[in-house]
Amino acid sequence: MLNYLIKRLLSTIPVLIGISLLLFFMLRLLPGDPAQVLAGQMATPQEIENIRQQLGLDRPIYEQYANYLSRLVRFDLGRSARTQNPVTEEIWARLPNTLLLSVVAITLACLFGIPAGIISAVRPYSWIDYLVTTSALFGMSMPVFWLGLMLVVIFSIILKWLPAGGTGNWQHVILPSITLAAFVVAFIARMTRSTMLETLSQDYTTTARSKGLQERVVVIKHALKNAMIPIITVVGLQFGLLLGGAVLTETVFAWPGLGRLIVDSILARDYPVIQGTILIFGLLYIMVNLVVDLIYALVDPRIRYD
Amino acid sequence: MTTRTNPLLKISNLHIRFHTLDGVVQAVDGIDFEVYAGETLGLVGESGCGKSVTALSILQLLRCPPAEIQGQIFFEGQNLLELGREGIRKIRGNDISMIFQEPMTSLNPVLRIGEQIAEAGRLHKNMNRQQAWRWAVEMLRMVQIPGPGSRSRQYPHKFSGGMRQRAMIAMALSCNPRLILADEPTTALDVTIQAQIMTLMQRLKQEFKSAIVLITHDLGVIAEMASRVVVMYAGKVVEEAPVKALFKDPRHPYTQGLLGSIPVIGRKEQTGRQLQEIAGMVPSPSNMPVGCRFHPRCRYAMDKCHQEEPPMTRLAGHRRVSCWLESK
Amino acid sequence: MTDIAASSAAKAGNLTADSTLRRNWAKLKRNKAAMVGGVLIIIYLLSALLAPVMFSGNPAAPNLMNSLEPPSFKDPLGTDELGRSILGRIIYGSRVSLIIAVGVVFVGLICGIPLGLVSGYYGGKVDFIIQRATDAMLAFPGFLLALALVAVLGVGIKNTVISIGISMIPLYIRLVRGCVLSIREEVYVEAARAVGTRDVQILLRHILPNVMVPITVQTSLSMGTAILFAAGLGFLGIGVQPPTPEWGAMLGSARSYLFHAPHVATFPGIAIFLAVLSFNLLGDGLRDALDPRFKI
Repeated sequence: MLNYLIKRLLSTIPVLIGISLLLFFMLRLLPGDPAQVLAGQMATPQEIENIRQQLGLDRPIYEQYANYLSRLVRFDLGRSARTQNPVTEEIWARLPNTLLLSVVAITLACLFGIPAGIISAVRPYSWIDYLVTTSALFGMSMPVFWLGLMLVVIFSIILKWLPAGGTGNWQHVILPSITLAAFVVAFIARMTRSTMLETLSQDYTTTARSKGLQERVVVIKHALKNAMIPIITVVGLQFGLLLGGAVLTETVFAWPGLGRLIVDSILARDYPVIQGTILIFGLLYIMVNLVVDLIYALVDPRIRYD
Repeated sequence: MTTRTNPLLKISNLHIRFHTLDGVVQAVDGIDFEVYAGETLGLVGESGCGKSVTALSILQLLRCPPAEIQGQIFFEGQNLLELGREGIRKIRGNDISMIFQEPMTSLNPVLRIGEQIAEAGRLHKNMNRQQAWRWAVEMLRMVQIPGPGSRSRQYPHKFSGGMRQRAMIAMALSCNPRLILADEPTTALDVTIQAQIMTLMQRLKQEFKSAIVLITHDLGVIAEMASRVVVMYAGKVVEEAPVKALFKDPRHPYTQGLLGSIPVIGRKEQTGRQLQEIAGMVPSPSNMPVGCRFHPRCRYAMDKCHQEEPPMTRLAGHRRVSCWLESK
Repeated sequence: MTDIAASSAAKAGNLTADSTLRRNWAKLKRNKAAMVGGVLIIIYLLSALLAPVMFSGNPAAPNLMNSLEPPSFKDPLGTDELGRSILGRIIYGSRVSLIIAVGVVFVGLICGIPLGLVSGYYGGKVDFIIQRATDAMLAFPGFLLALALVAVLGVGIKNTVISIGISMIPLYIRLVRGCVLSIREEVYVEAARAVGTRDVQILLRHILPNVMVPITVQTSLSMGTAILFAAGLGFLGIGVQPPTPEWGAMLGSARSYLFHAPHVATFPGIAIFLAVLSFNLLGDGLRDALDPRFKI
């Protein structure tokens, strides 16, 4: 198992380098003077010159990159062109909100998606299977932001049960997390169903039945335990993907998270913040994947024991 | 000797059909045979003749639909096919157990070996956790797995193919069943391991006094282990005889062909015959020949064979054959 | 006796390519869901192609007198905040989303297939580099990647297509590469190489046809994803720009009037939903019919 984990950790290094390269060149692909771009449209020539000196933008390119990397490692992401606050501050203020939504959403998705998938697999082609698969397909085809708007129309406008946006108490969390969870629950249900169908048709399931075990035991102890391995992997990946969906959901519900931040920054051409947020998203995603790999190693005895 | 009057297992007029997208496939078309307590019955035939499906149907391990089973399977006088889900569950692993062909995939990769053996004991024999686990270790010792105490805590991927098959045998014997269905237990193993497993099974059979239905296409295994043989072809029983008689004097042309296709060193000098092959191919279930199913490949085929299926003829010495040559 | 044996062997062994295609088509037709998807796609295509026929009038022309009218006889789906017929904008919007979807998939295929083929077939350093680049791109959720690219490239329909298209490339590379890796080990490829067939020929004649199956399934699913992403960008205001009718952008501007006129937000969303659903249905059906082995 140690080998496996070390390999996984090492494989993230080229990815991290890749991301840093991507972001580094992203800035320089933009038309115009990078220093000006970073300083923002309101900057004075003096401020622009300051930035140029500070970031060494008149140096050779490899020196710039080295500079960039050294700043990254020190968590110096520059300053927002809009607010002049350090980018790390802006991100830090909003990161917990996004994480909150994502965690609630993934929990909801697993709570409903996994059992639905199991029931579907145990009774294939029954009415409940058709219900689950159809709903799952619908859920995956629905635009996240439209679902959010519709939920607002129904629950905030017509029924007046829940607030339409912003933060405050637990009631503000409900609609955004349901919206965010919709796609994920559909995906998880489908994945669970197909994984369970596969494990239920394996030889070892027949062996288990031939021993006279109750169907319940066969499904849960024998089939599900095997199916959980890929399901956990998928859940982890979906958690990472949630971060992307958060952008749209946060916009609909005016939720003060990272997604809103990145959209506002793009609209305002606030490049330091854009770069910083994208970097953080990438880091989060990689970390989530690593954790998933770790869980995978713990859960699958073939990897845990040698 | 076994009693001739009360068979342990009696299969009567068994038909098994599969409803597929391409139509209805008749896998087993009216077979019957009996198994007596303590004996080893060999069930021989090529791939696709329906022998595995027959075994699975005894324990109701076939999905119905798409499978459809008709006929009767009597175990100690009770028709297994009339048992509901709970009824057959009590029989499985307890009175009748099964050994499968592929030891690599037939064991659950995420459960410890000891657990996989112990759970049957806990279920059927009401043992508690410790008793069942100790019994599982004991079973592993009986199938000659070294270091059974520590081995029982390991997962299947640590076991070699031969060891996994031993573990499967331990699993099958754990509740002392009266009948074991062994579906090609040695086919997936190396030849040297095959011999070991066969010896092991022989010894355990003596100790546990269970009957075995040994399903295989390997006549060598049959010669070693079986006392009686049932030969199947294309979903039907074509011959049945005690093993020595079958090998010495096969009556059905298919059996003759099977025995003739075993390479024997020095055979050519002894008998003047080279390796005999059976020309042609096993017919596909959707395309069964009319009349005797074997006639397209039979060197002795007569006109009658093209038209009518031969009846099962009883011969001396507890033998049966289904061939027009024997029933004039 | 040998004749019968020979003929049954012939029937059992040889499935011609022609009959495989017909069998798969029959399997697909049996899948009602896929057929519904297919019908919806045809409706979608027709409305895109025949938009002027289906709706007379200019979908972009404002008519402030009629602003935010609920559905009526004259405007079956109502009007938006500038008084334009929502039905008309939806019909014309199908053109926009179709163009984007096709463009996106085109970009993805054009870059993804060759890179995947090369990466999988040649292995070694080339494979390593391509895979690391793919990993870096896949380090972001797809939509975020498209978002980031839009931040660099700017808004508008062309940039939307390029951004989403690029974000799809790593998916195709992975898919193709995986396929190539499994086919590369097949005996018939080894045989072709032993005979001295050139690599390019092997790639085109043996490997590419087998890769087409999972690619076809993925393409159908990707069309749906492309429509979703494009609508997402439009909703945020950084996709297709007004006055071009785009379903996502319509939802975006409808947000402000949600309390007064919810219908403005409802119908374009339904359009997106149906379009994406149809591609998902078809994609699923294709996957079940063509080859359940290739799990995507």
